Amino acid sequence: MTNSWTDIKNTDLVIIMGGNAAEAHPCGFKWVTEAKAQRGAKLIVVDPRFTRSAAVADFYAPIRQGTDIAFLLGVIRYCIENDKVQHDYMRAFTNAPYLVKEGFSYQDGLFSGYDEAKRDYDRSSWEYELGPDGYVQVDETLQHPRSVYQLLKKHVAAYTPEMVERICGTPKDKYLAICKMISECSARDKTMTSMYALGWTQHSKGAQNIRTMAMVQLLLGNIGVRGGGMNALRGHSNIQGLTDIGLMSDLIPGYLAIPKDREVDFSTYMSTRGFKPLRPNQMSYWQNYRKFMVSFLKSMWGPAATAENDFAYQWLPKLDVAGYDMLRTFDLMHQGKVNGYFCQGFNPLLSAPNRGKITASLSKLKFLVVMDPLQTETSRFWKDEGVHNDVKPESIQTEVFELPTTCFAEDEGSLVSSSRWLQWHWPGQEPPGEAKTDAWIMAQLHMRLRELYRKEGGAFPDPIVNLHWPYRDPQDPQPDEVAKELNGYVVSTVTDPADPNKVLLEKGKQVESFGLLRDDGSTACGCWIYTGSWTERGNMMARRDTSDPGNTGAYSNWAFSWPANRRILYNRASADLDGKPWDPKRKLIEWNGTAWTGYDVPDIAPTAKPRDVGPFIMNPEGSARLFSRGLMRDGPFPAHYEPFESPVVNVLAPKIRGNPAARIFKDDLAALGTSDKFPYAATSYRLTEHFHFWTKHVWVNAVLQPEFFVEISEQLAAEKNIQKGGWVKVSSNRGTVYAKAVVTKRIKPLICDGKTIHVVGIPLHWGFTGAARKGFGPNSLTPFVGDANTDTPEFKAFLVNVEPSNGPAVS
Amino acid sequence: MAVRREEARTTVDRYPGRVRVNHWVTAISLILLAISGAALFHPSLFFLSSFFGGGSNTRWLHPWIGVVLLASFTILFTQMVRYNFWTKADTKWMGHIGEVMSGREENLPEIGKYNGAQKIVFWLMTVSIIVLFISGIVIWYEYFGASFTIEQQRFGHIVHALAAVAMLLVVIVHIYAGFYVRGTISAMTEGKVTGGWAYRHHRLWLRGEAREGVIDERQTPLRGHNTRPAE
Amino acid sequence: MAGLQSQDFARISATNFRPPDVRHDFEVAKLIDVSKCIGCKACQSACLEWNNLREEVGINRGVYDNPHDLTPNTWTLMRFTEWENPQSGNLEWLIRKDGCMHCADPGCLKACPSPGAIVQYNNGIVDFVSEHCIGCGYCVKGCPFNIPRISQADHKAYKCTLCSDRVSVGQAPACAKACPTGAIVFGTKKAMLDYAQTRLTDLKSRGFKNAGIYDPPGVGGTHVMYVLQHADQPQLYAGLPQNPRISQVVELWKGLTKYAGMAAVGFAAAFAFVHATVARRNDVSRAEDREAEHLIDEEAARGRKA
Repeated sequence: MTNSWTDIKNTDLVIIMGGNAAEAHPCGFKWVTEAKAQRGAKLIVVDPRFTRSAAVADFYAPIRQGTDIAFLLGVIRYCIENDKVQHDYMRAFTNAPYLVKEGFSYQDGLFSGYDEAKRDYDRSSWEYELGPDGYVQVDETLQHPRSVYQLLKKHVAAYTPEMVERICGTPKDKYLAICKMISECSARDKTMTSMYALGWTQHSKGAQNIRTMAMVQLLLGNIGVRGGGMNALRGHSNIQGLTDIGLMSDLIPGYLAIPKDREVDFSTYMSTRGFKPLRPNQMSYWQNYRKFMVSFLKSMWGPAATAENDFAYQWLPKLDVAGYDMLRTFDLMHQGKVNGYFCQGFNPLLSAPNRGKITASLSKLKFLVVMDPLQTETSRFWKDEGVHNDVKPESIQTEVFELPTTCFAEDEGSLVSSSRWLQWHWPGQEPPGEAKTDAWIMAQLHMRLRELYRKEGGAFPDPIVNLHWPYRDPQDPQPDEVAKELNGYVVSTVTDPADPNKVLLEKGKQVESFGLLRDDGSTACGCWIYTGSWTERGNMMARRDTSDPGNTGAYSNWAFSWPANRRILYNRASADLDGKPWDPKRKLIEWNGTAWTGYDVPDIAPTAKPRDVGPFIMNPEGSARLFSRGLMRDGPFPAHYEPFESPVVNVLAPKIRGNPAARIFKDDLAALGTSDKFPYAATSYRLTEHFHFWTKHVWVNAVLQPEFFVEISEQLAAEKNIQKGGWVKVSSNRGTVYAKAVVTKRIKPLICDGKTIHVVGIPLHWGFTGAARKGFGPNSLTPFVGDANTDTPEFKAFLVNVEPSNGPAVS
Repeated sequence: MAVRREEARTTVDRYPGRVRVNHWVTAISLILLAISGAALFHPSLFFLSSFFGGGSNTRWLHPWIGVVLLASFTILFTQMVRYNFWTKADTKWMGHIGEVMSGREENLPEIGKYNGAQKIVFWLMTVSIIVLFISGIVIWYEYFGASFTIEQQRFGHIVHALAAVAMLLVVIVHIYAGFYVRGTISAMTEGKVTGGWAYRHHRLWLRGEAREGVIDERQTPLRGHNTRPAE
Repeated sequence: MAGLQSQDFARISATNFRPPDVRHDFEVAKLIDVSKCIGCKACQSACLEWNNLREEVGINRGVYDNPHDLTPNTWTLMRFTEWENPQSGNLEWLIRKDGCMHCADPGCLKACPSPGAIVQYNNGIVDFVSEHCIGCGYCVKGCPFNIPRISQADHKAYKCTLCSDRVSVGQAPACAKACPTGAIVFGTKKAMLDYAQTRLTDLKSRGFKNAGIYDPPGVGGTHVMYVLQHADQPQLYAGLPQNPRISQVVELWKGLTKYAGMAAVGFAAAFAFVHATVARRNDVSRAEDREAEHLIDEEAARGRKA
């Protein structure tokens, strides 16, 4: 989230698209009801299904899954056409006036530089035109044909309301009503908030879905302001923490990159990370990259990381591919190239696509270790459960180790919410049986491995034997120790160069803010964005002060919000060029002539003059990007692409299947289905009664939603002679599931490009362990392909066939 | 069945043992039903449930006693129904019911085994028990709660209550008549009535019984003597 | 029952004892704002958890309602109705939390034959007291909302207690505590009615011109109230009755019948007593005994001839 859950109460318009906040985030959704009840805010829901969110919406419109980009580019077109743009904001704070290099183009669904064989772009033409001073060329009039604004206008021209209806199946009148509601938030005193979740991410163009709405928000002037923002609703209580702490295959903590194998040494690694400002006087915050990286390496290897050995840069793994994401890992496993797999708090048998392939892959492992508080399906992937897990145990040689762990209610630590709040929590209960904390288990492994490496050497013992392990009990690191390490501490005392008696940083003390981190090895910091969470003032994450001066919804003394306890990112943009709030009623920070003051920690140097420094300091140009340069693999602008499995062809670029830049492995391409055999557009989703695959183990939740079902329209049910509550067989080109049929008015057939499209909804909470009835997950059906940028699997749009059935036993 | 001349009196057999057993099973059931039903019927009478070990026991026992009643009454019905068809004499007799209530029976027609009032009691009992049983099934929540709509059950309750009241009135009449008409009780206790009683109330029946023969029990030899009785 | 004393009762089932009513409590109410409800079933799960109820894991019958009806273990239930509004053409998903309405004039209490099995506290909560419940199911017939359920395990009636145990110690009911959107709020009845007015203003501004409060006068008002978008058509919400009142049949059964029946039986008994006292005995005279002998001889003789 750029903003926070509590900030949603400040909005005038909530748009829920690519998510179902009421269903999947009912507790956070209270802030939507607050905005509605207290401010008269309106709620728009756009979804293939009439969801629980839609049940309390002011306006609902259907959309075919996987066509959000067309919908939103049409909104951009509408705003530009109707002059519903926050012009001052756009001109000052976005790259709309910047010129793009000659050579950039977009035609027939492809941007310049496409290589079909590699399914990748040469992105060199997706660049700004730089002047001789090294700064980007700007046309403040926005008239230059190569200005981002003009390019954008040209790019969105095709997305007329008629075209949107043709692609998305959204009736034109409803679409225009939504465009009107959204565009009204271009006024300085009106804001819209975007709430989205996996409904946008789990597509082969997931990142671009989100980007398109971010562009809408920039044009409306809604980023950095109260009641605005791009608000990703994270699905697990700590999934935000997972990404922050770098549990992505290409990241280390604090969104620093794992080196590539071509970055043979630290100076090569740093050479592409200069982040020279592209505008005069601009603050480019990533220029501090080296400080964060060196402090990270110091926290990893302590005294063994020295200036002489590049702070042990060489002990970091180097990637030979873009990343070992889930899909690639399982593909390698499928090829027999993976011997062992550690599955920690993860249930891939149900949460990775194409379950058949997952089962086959796990069967090829020598060993599988499952660390989980629950008895997962993955830990029993070898077990014959009849139709619910149709395997032959005798043919599977994988040795499975199941290590019971504590769950969040049984241990101490912090959870990072969608709001970026690090909230400390304490155990509510003793762990049952032999359950141990993950930290204890990992420590045991580390201590034993370290001992083996010490005794026996091995190919490359250095990273293991030198790992900094300063815990009170090395066998059992405690949460406070790890938290303090993540915050950062001073390794050696630093004195003022001008006055050696003046101590700037005292050895052993916690670092107060990441601005104090250093690249000479005198500070260590596990995750620079968490600096400030556990300082000399104590555990800031444990704060529970509910005061909220100015009633802004910031609650600045509640827990700790990264970065630097900032509650709204880019909050400099809440004020105009001269530092006065766009909307005085919604003041966040303000330039008082000498400094920025207000309710939130300024997202800019406190004394940076308003006209000098742009608000988006993480970009070297200080502006937000309507044109993303080379940062996105699949285009500097979003473009409409159909899902890999779509009931219709891409009407804008009929030759293109799926996202042209998304990676798809050969076997998986062959396993895609087509609409002649699998005519219905399926989507998967969560239900409020359950949390992923956990709560089916809980009796109460099992009572509330006991059995796997799929949702279909009354029309499809009539066409296929399917009874409400009867059994159906749902199949894709990769698998088959049996489910009860929920026949509902909440799903209606859509007309796309003249063709009737039936939507099939498939919730995901059932498996073969737990208290609920045995069932299936949608991953038995879904394709093994992910987003071009993140490789998040395309769970939200795929093709199936549906037939009436007598149920799993006899069919 | 027979008329017997005993030492000091003449008696007429009125009910054999099997009928008397049935009657008393029915009677006891009815009383238990009345008490338990009354406990559930009116809060002031709820204390009666303590005879059954409290409200819950009363609740489950009551319908089962009803089943017992139905069974015993059904047998009773088959035993008695043939004497209970209405005749002209009954109509005439009913015309003099006031005299009966005043203890004067001189002007009544000769009556068979049952008089009009008794027949009315018989049929009212029959009808009440049928109605009570059917409405009782409707409101027997433990087993039939799901078989009837709540609205049907509500009607069931009121019908059951009204039928029970009607039944109680009939029972009161029946019992009181038994006491008021002296000499009646022995019919259901010893199984026989005096000749005079039969003569006064059911002369036609007495004639029939006498015609069947008279057993003279007066010649009964002294105790211990092994002589066979006369005739 | 939360261990309250008799002073806390407003009404007690099947008793003529009038509670002394020395303590005057605020009337409480739970307000369920259907327009804010997202149907998450947090209330249902909170109810199961707080009351430590173990409902069985059922099946899917093609709807979101689970279990499919109230049961002795499910005291509150989300009922989902899909309704196409003929005026706007919009689909509306009406989600109503069903459960005891805690009527001011409770039909269950009226129908209950067991003294003290159903009580109404001064604060308006209607509670079932298991130790006095005999499992007869009369409350089921008394209730105009079809709420009480009889357990086949222990033959006791169960329904929402409005968390009388929590309320008695100053806590809101578990469902209200758990509701994430504030669709369930709890307070004094007056405060809830005042608050509901603000909701009606909001709803009317959003085009729900028939928005209203469901506090049916036919049962004297209720201590569980709804804010409905279409208060003119409560039956849209999974059959919420338009004008609920205690069934006339139940009124008759528990009213006139009860007294008339008692009177009739009493009168008959009294009549018999008086008659027995004053009327001439209906006894067999010696003359009749003698006549009987003659008649027997005659008839016996006739019998032998035949």
